[in-house]
Amino acid sequence: MSETRYTDQHEWVRIEGDEATVGITKYAAEQLGDVVFVEVPEPGRRLGKGGEAAVVESVKAASEVYAPIAGEVTAANTAIAEEPAKVNLDPEGEGWFFQLTIADKSDLEKLMTREQYDEFVKGL
Amino acid sequence: MPMNAQGRPSAAAAVERVDLATISGDRGLDHEEPLIFELGREGVTGVDIPEVQLSAARLDGQRRCAPIGLPGLSEPEVVRHYVRLSRMNYAIDAGLYPLGSCTMKHNPRLNEKMARLSGFGDIHPLQPQQTVQGALALISELMRWLTTLTGMPAVAMSPKAGAHGELCGLLTIRAALDARGENRTRILVPSSAHGTNPATAALAGFTVDEVPATDDGHVDADALEAKLDADVAAIMLTNPNTCGLFEPRIKELADAAHKIGGYFYCDGANFNAIAGRVRPGDLGVDAMHINLHKTFSTPHGGGGPGAGPVVLSAALAAYAPLPLLMHDGERLRLVEERGALPAGAKPFGRMCAFHGQMGMFVGAISYMLSHGADGIRQASEDAVLSANYILASLKDVVSAPFGDGPCMHEALFDDSFLQGSGVTTLDFAKAMIDEGYHPMTMYFPLVVHGAMLIEPTESESKESLDRFIHVMRGLAEEAKAAKRERFEGAPYYAPRRRLDETLAARKPVLRWRRRELPQAAE
Amino acid sequence: MRYLPLTPDDRASMLAKTGARDIDALFRDVPKSAVVARSAFDLPDTQGELAVERTLSCMASRNMAGGSVPFFCGAGAYKHHVPAAVDHLIQRSEFLTSYTPYQPEIAQGTLQYLFEFQTQVALLTGMEVANASLYDGSTATAEAVLMAQRLTRRPKAILSGGLHPHYAETVETLAALSGGVVRAPTAPGKAEDIASLIDRQTACVVVQSPDAFGLIRDLKPIAEAAHAKGALLIAVVTEVVSLGLIEPPGHQGADIVAAEGQSIGVGLNFGGPYVGLFATREKFIRQMPGRLSGETVDANGKRGFVLTLSTREQHIRREKATSNICTNSGLCCLAFTIHLSLLGEEGFVRLARANHGRACALADRLSRMKDVELVTPSFFNEFTLRLPKPAASVVDALADRHILAGVPAARLWPGDRDVRDLLIVAATETVSDEDCDVFVKALAEVL
Repeated sequence: MSETRYTDQHEWVRIEGDEATVGITKYAAEQLGDVVFVEVPEPGRRLGKGGEAAVVESVKAASEVYAPIAGEVTAANTAIAEEPAKVNLDPEGEGWFFQLTIADKSDLEKLMTREQYDEFVKGL
Repeated sequence: MPMNAQGRPSAAAAVERVDLATISGDRGLDHEEPLIFELGREGVTGVDIPEVQLSAARLDGQRRCAPIGLPGLSEPEVVRHYVRLSRMNYAIDAGLYPLGSCTMKHNPRLNEKMARLSGFGDIHPLQPQQTVQGALALISELMRWLTTLTGMPAVAMSPKAGAHGELCGLLTIRAALDARGENRTRILVPSSAHGTNPATAALAGFTVDEVPATDDGHVDADALEAKLDADVAAIMLTNPNTCGLFEPRIKELADAAHKIGGYFYCDGANFNAIAGRVRPGDLGVDAMHINLHKTFSTPHGGGGPGAGPVVLSAALAAYAPLPLLMHDGERLRLVEERGALPAGAKPFGRMCAFHGQMGMFVGAISYMLSHGADGIRQASEDAVLSANYILASLKDVVSAPFGDGPCMHEALFDDSFLQGSGVTTLDFAKAMIDEGYHPMTMYFPLVVHGAMLIEPTESESKESLDRFIHVMRGLAEEAKAAKRERFEGAPYYAPRRRLDETLAARKPVLRWRRRELPQAAE
Repeated sequence: MRYLPLTPDDRASMLAKTGARDIDALFRDVPKSAVVARSAFDLPDTQGELAVERTLSCMASRNMAGGSVPFFCGAGAYKHHVPAAVDHLIQRSEFLTSYTPYQPEIAQGTLQYLFEFQTQVALLTGMEVANASLYDGSTATAEAVLMAQRLTRRPKAILSGGLHPHYAETVETLAALSGGVVRAPTAPGKAEDIASLIDRQTACVVVQSPDAFGLIRDLKPIAEAAHAKGALLIAVVTEVVSLGLIEPPGHQGADIVAAEGQSIGVGLNFGGPYVGLFATREKFIRQMPGRLSGETVDANGKRGFVLTLSTREQHIRREKATSNICTNSGLCCLAFTIHLSLLGEEGFVRLARANHGRACALADRLSRMKDVELVTPSFFNEFTLRLPKPAASVVDALADRHILAGVPAARLWPGDRDVRDLLIVAATETVSDEDCDVFVKALAEVL
């Protein structure tokens, strides 16, 4: 059973047991435009909540992807580093960025549900 | 009567317009041109240099082994190649170039002629100083003009561009703070600032504290004052600002910055709006760079070289970088070392090798002497008048975000007039290319959505401005009528159609490489 | 005023359109106290071309132009012959009076020559990629050090004692904020032991070859020592013509090359504008400062060029940019590209040989003089002599005889007593046999 939550920085977090997968939302991918470069974190790196975890760049913009929760990186999607177009094609699926352990479950509580996030985007 | 029997027709035949695919790939005066590396042959050269037999080379065994890989071309081939390339460029000499915040004004050829006098262009930076007194006198005269026009007591001449000048200014501020034994960490920068401002502040070791803009395009002065505390090293404001507006509370902000022990760095990119009329020194500025390639026309040269001297207040003058120029009673002297400093001088270091952009100095002084102080004042007024004329003539069809007030030397519009048309600022800009104009600055400043920043400068005649206004109004009406095809596909009439920037960034090809020849079949 | 097209009538009707009462009304946001009258400026009024030419020509005539005398100055700026076609082409309106190529569809001329320039710089330096230039060699060197600090996440830069002192001071100004700078002692004519200074905090070693005294350095062992400790080698070249004859830094293990390109296409100009060359390995491009022109295609599939990887730059990254640089040295790049295209492989190598041959011949003659010693056993077109008295006084005495005899080392290392008698002499292809005769004879008289 997985559950997906969202941040106001347009990251999504899919929670599966003690691990979580992180990526950027479809809305964020559209706003960025064609993604041309992605830098993903090395497995083993410890991330603090809200810390810079990855970089995503389009022709016109460069953004940091923040860790929505604290944890240790267990896997990174090197496929998107090789082929950044994947982030645009399937941002909330194949275009995931990294996986990490969930250090503190309470971090999850403040994240938005899909409905809340959609509402949030509407207000932008 | 004698007959012309050659059969040469004297009138054009009545042929329907066709889009002709030519055999050459060229189209009349529009020539396609390969890379220089795809031209030429081995053993050809465009410079005749006698072959020298090296009897006893002293190269310490480090002689180059492999060939370099440069193509060989004769002089006519090289000339043709670069002439053809030049014809793919837009230029101020060829048309109005309304690139806001860039100041594409006329570049007098006298500037170039003077910079090429052998007494300026053919002197070495480390010649004995008694052999370059005329060059030092020119720099000294330029310093006099810059300090007089700005009402500031000192100027550092070596910075090589605006951003380099910003760095020089902030390092001067850092040195002044160090001398006071203070370690202040923050620079306040408005959100409307040019990107070099925060980048420079970071490079100079400060953290950037962003100040929001108000709805009328000014820096939020109240928010700025609220941020002022003993940790603020300086405020860094552009004035006139990047929205093309004069900051009315500028003096008050300068005073407030001084009150907490900070400094006021003014980005002088837009000095061309006020030169000869307003002295930044009277506004409380401590340091300001002056883009000689903008305000003083030295030209832009396709992206450089520029020059960015920095005028300094009495509080900062002592910390100006090496070299210093002084008069020792007998002659002008460049002080290049700490061992020979005049009393009180505490230079923070050196910005670059040698003494600055002499070629630009000559161009700038040539421009200044030509205009005179009266002409510089008139140029500023004409630049402001022309921008306001454009604003007044377009604002009923192109949306101006900041209402009816006058602007300074550039008129800012946003993309709300395009709402619902499906046309973007980018499309609109590209359609201007088809109309024979270089587009305005787009998507800057960032505080306005879909920004279009138009700076006509003082170099355009009223006829030229009227024609531009006519075209802009026509395009705006076409866009509102949602005639999308002329915008979305634009430009149609340029050496290239829209280029794929995504491809360029995803798979960067930054140099030519010889194509591997296919393996011969076995 | 000949540069201002508006007539008084134009101004009046334009003002009417704006609705402003007078021009002052357009400046209404300027505090009244800050508006000054014409009389506030003690500066002259408008002058015609003739008058301006007279004033400036008079200033120019008070300088001793390089081409008017036997000329032997180098030390980071070199006098070379620039073909007439170069200056003619760079003054074409479409190059001279265009802006940074922000609209690529109507700036292919600029973008293509920048792409050619990048390729030429990569080939000359033996590196994989190069940018579209920086301000000059000294600022390119400082940017290289900052880039090495970012790449290695280490603070310290070690500068060779043979690095041009102006370059070292420029690096110190910038890199001191982001880490420490260690300057190895100056050892004229010798390679200092720089390897022993490298430690695990070292981001980079900066070595110039030929160095500021003219000595050719072997970069390979330094590259190995740096790489063994995880540091980078930055190679500095102030005389790019040397690359026609000397093994390029890229073939000797350099990670970044920072060079002054003035020798090709750009005049002496009393120190500027010049053109900074910057080349590195492909894997480092995202940490590279400065503009880049990249190849792509347009909507019709035709090859074209655009500014690319802009997300490194200040207008997008703002305070997180790799550098604050906004311009390059456009027109000087173009001069470089055209001059090098004219030279081609054959011309460039011949030019390098002509320079080296000239310098060898002059060094032989000078070092045979009584009490004159050649300090640099190897060199390209510039060498250092030890004279029997302070070199600055010799240079002044020769300047009185209308000979620009070189740069006294004391001008670059003012506090260093060991270099007081050293004279740095450059001899390029512009030096004639007669110039050498005059120099040798006059030197004998003043020594």
